[in-house]
Amino acid sequence: MAKKKRRNIHGRDGVAGWIFTAPMILILGLFLFVPVLMALYVSMTNWNGNGSPFTGGHAQFVGAKNFTSLFTTEGLTRRNFMQSIGNTFYYVLLVVPLQTATALLLALVVNQKLLKGKGFFRTAFYFPSVTSSIAISTVFLFLFSNTGAVNGLLAKVGITGPQWFSDSRGLLHLVFGWFGMHDSPGWGQTDIFGRTLWDWLSGPSVAMCVIIFLAVWTTTGTFMLLFLAALQDLPVEVDEAASLDGVTRWQKLRLVTIPMLRPVIFLVVTLGVIGTWQVFDQIYVMGKGAPANTTMTPAFLSYSQSFTSLKYGSGAAMAFIVFLIIVVLTAIQRRLMREDRVPRRSRRLVASAPPDQRGPELAVMAPTRAEDK
Amino acid sequence: MTSRWNRSRGKTAIAVCAAGALALSGCSGGSSSSATAGASQSSATDSTGATSSSSSSASDTSTPLPKVKLQVMIGSSGAAETDAVKAATAAWSAKTGSTVEVIAAADLGQQLGQGFAGGTPPDVFYTDASRIGDFAKAGDLFAYGDQINAGDFLPNLVQAFTSGGKLQCAPKDYSTLALIINQDLWTKAGLTDADIPTDWAGLETVAKKLTSGSVTGLVIGNDINRSGAFMKQAGGWVVSADGTKVTADTPENLAGLQEVQKMMKAGTLKFNTDTSPAAGWGGEAFGKGIGAMTIEGNWIRGALTKDYPKINAKVVELPAGPKGKGTLLFSNCWGIAAKSPNQAQAVDLVKFLTSLDQQLAFTKAFGVMPSTTAGAAKFATLYPKDAAFAKGGAYGQGPVNLAGFDPVMAAFNSKLATLGKGGDPKAMLVQLQKDGDAALAGG
Repeated sequence: MAKKKRRNIHGRDGVAGWIFTAPMILILGLFLFVPVLMALYVSMTNWNGNGSPFTGGHAQFVGAKNFTSLFTTEGLTRRNFMQSIGNTFYYVLLVVPLQTATALLLALVVNQKLLKGKGFFRTAFYFPSVTSSIAISTVFLFLFSNTGAVNGLLAKVGITGPQWFSDSRGLLHLVFGWFGMHDSPGWGQTDIFGRTLWDWLSGPSVAMCVIIFLAVWTTTGTFMLLFLAALQDLPVEVDEAASLDGVTRWQKLRLVTIPMLRPVIFLVVTLGVIGTWQVFDQIYVMGKGAPANTTMTPAFLSYSQSFTSLKYGSGAAMAFIVFLIIVVLTAIQRRLMREDRVPRRSRRLVASAPPDQRGPELAVMAPTRAEDK
Repeated sequence: MTSRWNRSRGKTAIAVCAAGALALSGCSGGSSSSATAGASQSSATDSTGATSSSSSSASDTSTPLPKVKLQVMIGSSGAAETDAVKAATAAWSAKTGSTVEVIAAADLGQQLGQGFAGGTPPDVFYTDASRIGDFAKAGDLFAYGDQINAGDFLPNLVQAFTSGGKLQCAPKDYSTLALIINQDLWTKAGLTDADIPTDWAGLETVAKKLTSGSVTGLVIGNDINRSGAFMKQAGGWVVSADGTKVTADTPENLAGLQEVQKMMKAGTLKFNTDTSPAAGWGGEAFGKGIGAMTIEGNWIRGALTKDYPKINAKVVELPAGPKGKGTLLFSNCWGIAAKSPNQAQAVDLVKFLTSLDQQLAFTKAFGVMPSTTAGAAKFATLYPKDAAFAKGGAYGQGPVNLAGFDPVMAAFNSKLATLGKGGDPKAMLVQLQKDGDAALAGG
């Protein structure tokens, strides 16, 4: 009897829970989950944007053809898509580490107790993040124009600045050039998904570097805020104990602060990877893929494939491939940054250190304590 | 913050598709099903075409059309154009009693795409000649060419807006390319009117004389919309005249591009992106005195007056190539949506807007050339300084208007831009042929 009664109580709890969450489930479901499923269906049709893809025979179901053709059908669409993937790969590779490192550095700076005018600096560093990215992109267009401020400054120190937005040369190609490798060598002719290995290894173009700089500059503020919040949440006693144990500042940062910040670093890197793979507005404003498609990104290509070429199915398929890339990268990153990995390494470090330098031992405790809070 | 923006914007493409789809299945599903009534797309277009042609024949018998509210979406060059279109549509409203709302689109292609997908596109809209194929193939356009007098319009314009054997829409106006000469630099180089080039050799000679110091003889834009004129003068073009074959990889096209490259190697011709400092377009290089000549369309007049009033520009026809005269022609038409419930009124509005008086009013307001034969002749007499632009209408080549060619031309243009940096024209044309063939096959 008692058992049954308990189940009843739980049952009613369940109902209450569902009632409380129902509005959110409904809203999220209706405006997030259902549209995503609809887009998934569109990605498997040949919809051309005329009429509804769901009714009236406006679109034929074509299965996974839109997806497979992006990889297997030789032609312009695959070439553009692969180039956009290559471009964005370099973009992510540079932006994510740079913005994470800069954000952490700025957070450490504005978190110092002795710094004067903290409020001013915090606001100043955060400012780019709250400004419209379209406005910032436009300002960058002026800054980096051929006769703009950046080239003006470079000219003052005797450097002729490049023509930023029309320079399609890849950075790695430029570096290869310093070593006398100006054209594709034999091994570079290997064809991977319709592009030669040499093209894949081009690195970000000079024009893309401007966008990379812009992205780092604008996003750093937001992530600085995340780091700052985390820093202020760190237990002061651990910090003090470390100081008492006589660690240098660098040691304290490396072995106490950063390990304690690991959950936040994971968050920042994850948000960074997601945001960078979907970069769109800067590209839209700053040249729409020009020069020579070297600033083309999958998000922008998906847009133009849909709205210009009227191939909405193929455009949606591109978006879902980017979604898969992001999921896979985040999973890999989760594995790499697993909680138990770094402490084990520090433990080894501590054990191998001479006894008088064992202060950082605290670092091992820190994450656990942070979690206990 | 940007990352969050990126996130939301990046999803826009999907979200818009999905939201459009949602709206469709939710609210406008009814209207789309009533329009198509379960019939296939093309027969639906035919049936609506039939209804409106019957109602327009009703208008011929001077029964006034029912009063409706029309939406006109334009890709405006500025306030002057928007105001002129608003004034013209207001005049039609006063005559017919229907109301017209003019929307100046920020991004015409995207906003039209949204309208088509959502089932409620604007009734009348600007349509670029290069987009005709895509729109017609998708069944977005109401081809009302049989309801207007196609013979009034310049034949080359009619061809530019014909897709699938049907004239899709009435040409709104047109522009052609001409050679723009900086008169002061011309005189300074010791050149006279007798030196105005009529062939490639003449162009090379004057470009060389005009090149000195930081001034390049001829500065042109870096895509096919300028270099294509040389291909045309050499007797080539990307597609065959009937639009059924891709003819990119031909000796004629190669000769055209080689001429451009030859002048580049001599240092007498540069793309706007290769000058130092680089210019945004040919007109900017010309206005700033980086280039002594440029190849641009009639829109350069407005730009020069506004930004570089001191420049003394002379407009002459482009020099002829080995196969005669050749220029490129750009145009928009008044597209009418296949899904518009007010097609009869829309056709009536377009007829009004393409009348000679209205077209000349547009010419006066923002410098475009009338799309009718009579209008073009009138333009040449009214604006003798710009007569060269109007003359180009007789032999100008419209843009490639086949479905699926937009990305093909974009890819070619991105390669063409490297012509001054040692790009190989032959390889570019081979690739264009390959991509074009694939697009034509529907790939």
